[in-house]
Amino acid sequence: MIQAIVFLPLLGFLIAGAFGRWIGARASEIVTTSLLLICAVLSWMVFLDVAIGHNEGHVTVLANWMNAGNLSVDWALRVDTLTAVMLVVVNTVSSLVHLYSVGYMHEDPHRSRFFAYLSLFTFAMLMLVTSDNLVQMFFGWEGVGLASYLLIGFWYQKPSANAAAIKAFVVNRVGDFGFALGIFLVYQLTQSLTFSEVFAAIPGLEGKEIHIFGLDAEALEVAAFLLFIGAMGKSAQFFLHTWLPDAMEGPTPVSALIHAATMVTAGVFMVARLSPIFEHAPHAATFVTLIGAITAFFAATVGLVQNDIKRVIAYSTCSQLGYMFVAEGVGAYSLGVFHLFTHAFFKALLFLGAGSVIHAMHHEQDMRNMGGLRKDIPFTFAMMTIGTLALTGVGIPHTQLGFAGYFSKDAIIEAAFTAGEHHTAAFIGFISTVVAAALTSFYSWRLVFMTFFGSRRESAHGHEAHSHDATHHNDHAHDDHAHGHDDHAHDDHGHGHGDHTPHESPIVMLIPLAVLALGALAAGAVFLPYFAGHAYDEFWKGALYTGEHNHILHEMHEIPSWVGLSPTVAMIGGFLVSLYVYVLKPGTAQKLAAAFPRLYDFLLNKWYFDELYDRIFVRPAFAIGRLFWKGGDGAIIDGLGPDGVAARVADGARIAVRLQTGYVYHYAFAMLIGVAAVATWFVAGGMR
Amino acid sequence: MFGFGILTGLTFLPLVGVAFLLTQKGDDPSTLRNIRWATLLTTFATFALSLVAWTRFDATSAAFQLVEEHPWFGSGLVYKLGVDGFSMPFVMLTTFLMPFAILASWESVEKRVKEYMIAFLVLETLMIGVFCALDLVLFYLFFEGGLIPMFLIIGIWGGKRRVYASFKFFLYTLVGSLLMLIAILAMYGHAGTTDIATLLKTDFPKDMQYWLWLAFFASFAVKMPMWPVHTWLPDAHVEAPTAGSVILAAILLKMGGYGFLRFSLPMFPDASAHFAPLVYAMSVIAIVYTSLVALVQEDIKKLIAYSSVAHMGFVTMGLFTLNPQGIQGALFLMISHGFVSGALFLCVGVIYDRMHTREIAAYGGLVNRMPIYAFVFMVFTMANVGLPGTAGFVGEFLSLLGAFEANSWVALIATSGVIFSAAYALYLYRRVIFGELEKANLKDIADLTPREIAIFAPLVLLTIYYGVQPDPILNTTAASVDHLIQSHTALLDAVKLAAASH
Repeated sequence: MIQAIVFLPLLGFLIAGAFGRWIGARASEIVTTSLLLICAVLSWMVFLDVAIGHNEGHVTVLANWMNAGNLSVDWALRVDTLTAVMLVVVNTVSSLVHLYSVGYMHEDPHRSRFFAYLSLFTFAMLMLVTSDNLVQMFFGWEGVGLASYLLIGFWYQKPSANAAAIKAFVVNRVGDFGFALGIFLVYQLTQSLTFSEVFAAIPGLEGKEIHIFGLDAEALEVAAFLLFIGAMGKSAQFFLHTWLPDAMEGPTPVSALIHAATMVTAGVFMVARLSPIFEHAPHAATFVTLIGAITAFFAATVGLVQNDIKRVIAYSTCSQLGYMFVAEGVGAYSLGVFHLFTHAFFKALLFLGAGSVIHAMHHEQDMRNMGGLRKDIPFTFAMMTIGTLALTGVGIPHTQLGFAGYFSKDAIIEAAFTAGEHHTAAFIGFISTVVAAALTSFYSWRLVFMTFFGSRRESAHGHEAHSHDATHHNDHAHDDHAHGHDDHAHDDHGHGHGDHTPHESPIVMLIPLAVLALGALAAGAVFLPYFAGHAYDEFWKGALYTGEHNHILHEMHEIPSWVGLSPTVAMIGGFLVSLYVYVLKPGTAQKLAAAFPRLYDFLLNKWYFDELYDRIFVRPAFAIGRLFWKGGDGAIIDGLGPDGVAARVADGARIAVRLQTGYVYHYAFAMLIGVAAVATWFVAGGMR
Repeated sequence: MFGFGILTGLTFLPLVGVAFLLTQKGDDPSTLRNIRWATLLTTFATFALSLVAWTRFDATSAAFQLVEEHPWFGSGLVYKLGVDGFSMPFVMLTTFLMPFAILASWESVEKRVKEYMIAFLVLETLMIGVFCALDLVLFYLFFEGGLIPMFLIIGIWGGKRRVYASFKFFLYTLVGSLLMLIAILAMYGHAGTTDIATLLKTDFPKDMQYWLWLAFFASFAVKMPMWPVHTWLPDAHVEAPTAGSVILAAILLKMGGYGFLRFSLPMFPDASAHFAPLVYAMSVIAIVYTSLVALVQEDIKKLIAYSSVAHMGFVTMGLFTLNPQGIQGALFLMISHGFVSGALFLCVGVIYDRMHTREIAAYGGLVNRMPIYAFVFMVFTMANVGLPGTAGFVGEFLSLLGAFEANSWVALIATSGVIFSAAYALYLYRRVIFGELEKANLKDIADLTPREIAIFAPLVLLTIYYGVQPDPILNTTAASVDHLIQSHTALLDAVKLAAASH
C-alpha cells in the first residue's frame, strides 16, 4: 500500500509530463487528480492503521541505492506514526490542490505541465517523509526543491518569476550545504546513514568531542547544528527566509501546497525525525528555539504592513514555522508536529481562499485595490474567516472548544513558558510567540478587513491615491509592488476597471475550501489527545524520541493560569486594534505610517534583508568572479604562462608567423614527441 | 587471431574504419554519406566489441584481466594490454560516447569530412589504448599521441581563435609531458622494466617518489585540468567543434584522473600522502574559484568548461582522500561527468548549429519554441548541479563524504560548491531558456530533430538510471579501489614500522 501511495503521483507525473501534449490538458488533470485522491484515501487508511490503530509500522526496502566501502544506502519506505501524519498532510492537501487547480488554472495553456509538476512535487515530498536514511531524505529534500523551482518559475515569461525561482533554489542550497555536511558528520560518527543504526549509536556518542573546522566541539552538537541549517533553508527560517515571500510569484495553488502546507514544513519534520540527535544536543536545541523565536516575531512584524494578499500569508507561514521550531527546540516535538498538522489545513485554506479572491478580482493581488468583497463572494469570505479564526487561535480557554490553531499554537506557547522557567532561550521563545500571536491576529484581521470589508475597489483606489500625496512612503511601496506584479495587473486586469464585478469561484475550487475548513475547525480538538494528550504513547509508539529528563508535556500542565490565557488575550488585543484601525477609524493606518516613517519603511522593506544580501553576497560573488576571470585567469595565469611564453617566442623569431599561419607545425611538433619517446626507448635499451 | 586478444581488437578496430575511409575519394554527396555511415558503423562495432569485453570482465577481482603481451620492436619494447576496475569503465565510456560524437557531427561538419572522421577514429584508438596499456612506454605513446588528433580537430575544424586555442592546449600539455617522460626514464632506470604490473609492486625510495610524483603530477594536473593550469580548457572548448568538446570533456579530461589512479597513488604512496594537502588545496580552490568565474561567463561553452574544471576539483579531492567513498566517488564522478558534460556540450551544439553563436545574450525564451530541448537541457543542468536522482549526485556526494573523513575543512569549502553550481547553472538556464522569445532571429528556431532526439534519449535515460542505480559502476570499481587502499595502507604501515625499528 505504501508503494502505491508513494509511486502513484510519480505515475501521474510521467503520464501528464510525457503524454500531456497528446492526451490533452483535461485528461492530464483527470489522471493526476484522481491518482492523488486515491493516495489521499490510502494515506488516511495508513494513518488509521499505524497512528490511531495498533500497527507498529514497518520499513519496506525497495532496492539498494549505492555502496561504497562500509556505506550502504537503500531505497526504502519507512512507515511509522510520524510518517503517517505527514502522509495525511501531504496527500490531503495535495489532492485538494490538484482539484482546486482544475478551476484556478482553467485558462492556462500549459495545464498538463502544471499538473505534472504538482505530482512530481508530491512524489518527492512523499519520498522525503517515508525515507529510512539520510540520503533518501536528501533526495526528497532536493527533489521538492526542484519541483518548487519549476513551479515558482511556472510562468516563465515573467522575469520576476524566474528570479524568484532561482533565488528559492539557491537559498535552499545554502541550507542543503549545511544538511550535507551534517550527513557527512553523522556518517563519520556512526558509520551508517540508516536511521535505525544511527539512532542506536547516538546515546554512545554523548559527550564525545571531535576536532572539526579547527575547533574542539561536542560531536552531536555540531551534527545537530549542521543538520538544522538544512531545516532553516527549507523552512524559511531567519537568515534563510528571503526566498519564501518571493516564491509567491508562483501560481496560488502552488503557494498553498508547497509554500504553506508541505515543503516548508520539511524542516520541522526533519528535526522531529532526528529527535534522537537533537535530544542529545542541548545547545543546538537552544539554537533551534532561538531561531524559531526570532523568525516568529520577525515575520509577523513584516506581515503587518505588506499589501500583497499572498505575501501577508507567506510571512504568516514563515512566522508559524517559527512557532513549530520553538516547540521542537524546547523538546516538545509532538507539539511542533501537531502545529504542522493543523497549520497545514488552515494555511492551505487561507492560501486557496486568497486564490479564490484573486480569481474573483481577475488576478489582482494588491489588497489596497480590494474591499467590500464579502457581498460578492460570500462563500470565500466565510472560508477565509474560518481560516483566520483558526490561524489566530480562537477558542474558549479551559474548554475543548476552539479552532485548530487554538490547540496547537497555545500549547506551544505554554510549552515555551514551561521550558523558559529554566532556560533563557525558551523564555525568549515564550515572549516572542505571545507577541507574535498579537501581531498575527492583527495582520490576519487586517487582511480580512481590507479585502472583504469597507468600501468598494474604486473608492479604495481613490482613497489610496489621496494618501499618495500625503506620504511618500506609500509611493515607494506602490512602486515596489507594481514592479513585482506588473504582468498580472496588465494582462488580466488592465482592461476596464468597472466592467467586471467580482464573481464567486467555480464549485471545483470551493469544495477544497470546504474540506480544508472542516480541518481548520476540527483538527485541533479531535487530534490533540493523540498528538500531545493522554493517548500520546499509543499514538506515537516511539516515533518521536524524548530523553529521560524530558517531561515537558507533563510539566506544561502545571503552569500559572495567566500563561494559558496570554495567547488568547494577545489574540483579542490584535483583533481589536485591527478592528479599530481598519474598520472603525479607516485612515489610521496611513497616519501611523506617517508618524513612524522609518519603522514603516523598515518593515515594508522586510528589514532590508534582500538589500543586505545583495550587497554582501550576490554582488561580491559576481565581482569576485569577474576579478578571478579577467585578473586571475587572464592577467596572471595566462600572462605569465602560455601568452607570456608565446610573446617571448614571438620576440625572437619568425616563429610567430608560423604559429599564426598553420597548424602543420604544431602537428609536426606533436609527432616529434612520439618519435622522441620511441628513440629514447632505444637509447635507454642500449644502455641496459 | 594472430595471438592477439580482444583488447587489441578493441583498440585497433577504429583503424579498420580509417583504412576504409582512406579508400574513399571525392566530395560528392554519396561519398560523404558513405564516409559518415562507415564511421558511425565503426564506432558502433567498437562499442559492441567493448560490450563483449565487458561480459568477459570479472568485476570481483582487482587483478589485470584480458591481458595480452607481445614483444615489440625486437626485444626491447613490450606490447602489453589489460584492464582492471579502474580502466574498464573508461574503456566503456569511450566506446559508448564515440557514436554520439559522430552523430553530432553529422550535418555540422561540411569541410574535409573524411579527414575529420579519420581524426576521430584515430583518436578513439589512442584513447582506448591509454586505458588498456599495461606498459609505461606504450601508455606514454597513446597518452601523448591522443594530443595530435585533438589538436588537429581544434586547429582545423575549430572556431575563429582556433590557432590560439590549439597552441595554448599544446603548450600546456607539452610541458607536462616532457616532465613525465623524464620520470618514466628514471623509473625504468630504477626498476629495469616498464611493465606496469611489476612497477606497481616496486618500492621506490622515498626521495625518488617525491620527484617522480611531481613529474607525473605536472602532466596529469594539466590534463585534469587542475587550477591553476586550467586556462587552456575554456579556450580549447570554445574553439573546438561540438564533437571535439564532447570528447575533450568526456574522455580526455579523465586521463589525468586515470593517471593518478594508475601511477601516482599506487606507485608513489609516500609521496601521495605527502602531497595530499597540496592536491586538496588546489582542488578546493578550483571548486570555488572556477565556480565563481563560471558565474560571470558570457559564452555558453566557456561557462560549461569552467564548470568542468570545478567538477574535476571534486575528482582530485576525492582521489587523494584514500578512503573508499572518496575514490569511488571520484571515479563515479569522472564517469558521470563524462556523459553529463558531454551531453551539455551536445546541447550547446544544438543551438549553435541553428544560430551560429555561443553568446548567452543572443538567446532567451527558447522554451517557447523548443520545449523538448528545454526539457533535455534541464535534465543535464540538474545532473550538473548534482541533484539527487541524477548521476551527478552520486559521485559528488561520495567524494565529499570521503573528503569529510579525511579533512573537515576541505569538505566544508568543497561543499560550498553545491551552492555555486546551482547559481551558475540555473542562471545560465534562465538566460537561455526562460523568458519571452523576443529576439527576431529566434522566432523560427526549430525544436530537436528526430536525429537529435535519438542522440539525447539514451543520455537522458542513463543520467537518471545511474542516479537511481549507480551500483553497476560502483561495483566495477570496488575491488580495484579496495585493493589500492589495502596496499597503500600496507605500504605506509611498512614504512612506519621501518622508521620505528631504526
